[in-house]
Amino acid sequence: MGFSETRQGGVVVVRAEGQLIVGNRHELKELVARRLADGERRFVIDFSGTGYIDSSGLGALVTMARQAREQGGELRIAGLNDDLRALFELTKLDTLFAISDTAEQALASF
Amino acid sequence: MASLRICVRRAPLEAPDGPGTAVSVRLPSDVDCIEEAVALLTYHCTAGMRASSRLRFRLQVVLAEALANAMLRGNREQPGKWVDVRAVLLPELVRLHIADEGPGFDPAAVPEPVSPARLQEPNGRGLFLMRHLADSVDFNAQGNSVCITLRRS
Repeated sequence: MGFSETRQGGVVVVRAEGQLIVGNRHELKELVARRLADGERRFVIDFSGTGYIDSSGLGALVTMARQAREQGGELRIAGLNDDLRALFELTKLDTLFAISDTAEQALASF
Repeated sequence: MASLRICVRRAPLEAPDGPGTAVSVRLPSDVDCIEEAVALLTYHCTAGMRASSRLRFRLQVVLAEALANAMLRGNREQPGKWVDVRAVLLPELVRLHIADEGPGFDPAAVPEPVSPARLQEPNGRGLFLMRHLADSVDFNAQGNSVCITLRRS
């Protein structure tokens, strides 16, 4: 469980290595807040290594996306499995985020 | 993550509730325990029984939500307060009983999180997810114990 980050073409790609839940959501929020403070504005969160996300994790994504928008940036989502995509649709968060099948597609969409 | 030694008790369940299996676990009010507890309970709820990947996903999210709710909003993460989980495993369904030692809450007072006005709120989706991923979610009158049923098919 954890997060790894790479910078590709002006976009910070954060890969979740495992679940995004109440126990680790602050770690991801702090990582994105640090990069925003560094001047980064474009983010992709890659969930291709994630089995499930809980409501705290969804809430953390909402907060991070708002923080990025407030500074003229954007946070996009990639790599959701079918169950996770259904979770975003159920909570209508698919209307709040640009969602791509892969991190590469998300990068190309900026 | 905290190093957790979870003691899982498995026992055969006889009529009228069975035949089936009962699994019980007692957890401290520590959210760092949740991922490991969810993995362990999901394993016990599906081992040797019919379980689709969809059922595993529903179990994982519902358990994570119920445990977080019990630890954070129920026990308020107070050391010495416990969360008790009892899973009844039957051929057609899984029934989860999750109880905390908090004062309880009124689930009817929790607003729907998917209205446009609430969509950007960071909190308030837990109960909504539980209700939509489980087949039934029933709280006791005090609101500190919940019974969640998931059908296997």
